[in-house]
Amino acid sequence: MKPPKFSYLRPNDLAEALDLLAEYGEDAKIMSGGQSLIPLLNMRLSTPRYIIDIGRVKELHGIKEEEDAIVIGGMTRHVDVEKSELIKEKCPLLTEGIRWVGHTQIRSRGTIGGSIAHADPSAELPCILTALRGEIVVASKEDEFTLTPEEFFLSYLLTSLEPDQLIKGIRFPKLNKNSGYAFEEVARRHGDFALVEVAAVINLDKDGKVAEAQIALGGANAVPFVPLETEEFLIGKEPNETILKEAATLQLEDLDPEGDIHGSKEYRRYLTGVLLQRALHTAVKRAREGVVV
Amino acid sequence: MKETLVKVTINGKEVAKEIESRWLLSDFLRDNLGLTGTHVGCEHGVCGACTVLINGEPVRSCLMLAVQADGCQVETVESLARADGSFNHIQQAFANNHALQCGFCTPGFLMSLKSFMENNPTLPTDEEIREAISGNLCRCTGYSNIIKAVKEAYALNC
Ligand SMILES: Cc1cc2nc3c(=O)[nH]c(=O)nc-3n(C[C@H](O)[C@H](O)[C@H](O)COP(=O)(O)OP(=O)(O)OC[C@H]3O[C@@H](n4cnc5c(N)ncnc54)[C@H](O)[C@@H]3O)c2cc1C
Ligand code: FES
Ligand code: FES
Repeated sequence: MKPPKFSYLRPNDLAEALDLLAEYGEDAKIMSGGQSLIPLLNMRLSTPRYIIDIGRVKELHGIKEEEDAIVIGGMTRHVDVEKSELIKEKCPLLTEGIRWVGHTQIRSRGTIGGSIAHADPSAELPCILTALRGEIVVASKEDEFTLTPEEFFLSYLLTSLEPDQLIKGIRFPKLNKNSGYAFEEVARRHGDFALVEVAAVINLDKDGKVAEAQIALGGANAVPFVPLETEEFLIGKEPNETILKEAATLQLEDLDPEGDIHGSKEYRRYLTGVLLQRALHTAVKRAREGVVV
Repeated sequence: MKETLVKVTINGKEVAKEIESRWLLSDFLRDNLGLTGTHVGCEHGVCGACTVLINGEPVRSCLMLAVQADGCQVETVESLARADGSFNHIQQAFANNHALQCGFCTPGFLMSLKSFMENNPTLPTDEEIREAISGNLCRCTGYSNIIKAVKEAYALNC
């Protein structure tokens, strides 16, 4: 269990990284935290000719506040997001969800860009980004543009990223006033990938009715799933427990989780409904309290 | 294959070596530097036996290339004992409470706990201790004695 041979390239800035990707991208793998890539190398499931280590690319590090979003550099580590007071205040769903990513020893190396690029359907960050309707900032030598999660996540571990492109940063929209949020997950043990997970944001109007609902369900389908009919069903309604219960089970038939030794397809569907009801309940409660904790 | 120069400070000593870039930090420590206190169990990030501190933070040394540690401070289990060779408070508490049996997992627990105790100077709850050791697997002792040891380590450290 040792990595295969490769040539190691370590750019010092973004321009150099993008040049290397333009030249070697087809035969290269970007390495950020290495917490998913090194296991694949150790097991020889991935045998790239070049490793481009972006750890020293300073433009990719850091957390910035924009008017309506928090922009996190691709190379920013999970632990830095977990400890950020700015994120806790402006984007608390992210603070709540990131604690579910692996263990301390993983979060001290793993990065935001790496988690999004890896596109594991059970991973927390793709689910949170999808619920928030955030954006992925992609850069190549030629240009820079943003993609929605829908455009970016194609299937299990598959994204629309081209070999000469990297994730420069991720835009996580800030929580609005009168909004509440919640993240719910069940894993076999804390630190394991989720069996299923739910991220939700609910915005209430001045009469206490649902003005906006943003939901993503992770672990059930090949990419994070947005239950559009459920969101629409909630809008304009007084979110009492009967309504939330009805909403939570509305689209379970649209989920197609893989059953395995840890839980059958039916169990995972059922569990998603339970977690969604809990998440909606908490999000509504927090929206009512106007608390951003 | 081209070799890459790594300069690291390991347990307070500076080390500079040309190595193959595919070397894992765990293998560099064990095979190149003879620091065999860091154990390797699974080599894919699951067991935690290989945990070391990088700039004070706990990291899986099997999930880091040695060349990525260039410029870093690395601490391994060999750094824990006092200058006279006696155990530090966490090691002593493990010994007192039968918190190890075969000892394979112990270096990883000790390093994770060193960082945890430094960041949480007052006695945590059982729940918090469980969370702190959740990234380390022990296959023989069970975790109850380890939790007891952590509590005693706090008492010994006063
Ligand atoms: C024991 C263990 C438990 C874990 N548990 C969880 C968990 O519960 N939830 C969870 O979400 N994750 C979990 N992980 C995975 C962890 O979160 C990884 O850190 C993350 O998936 C990948 O981030 P990384 O920075 O380590 O990326 P790397 O491993 O360096 O890279 C992963 C992939 O992304 C590509 N990539 C990396 N950065 C970029 C970029 N900026 N632009 C384009 N492509 C890029 C790489 O080429 C590679 O294909 C776990 C890992 C381990 C070892
Ligand atoms: S050997 Fe590194 S985590 Fe198991
Ligand atoms: S003491 Fe044997 S594995 Fe923990």
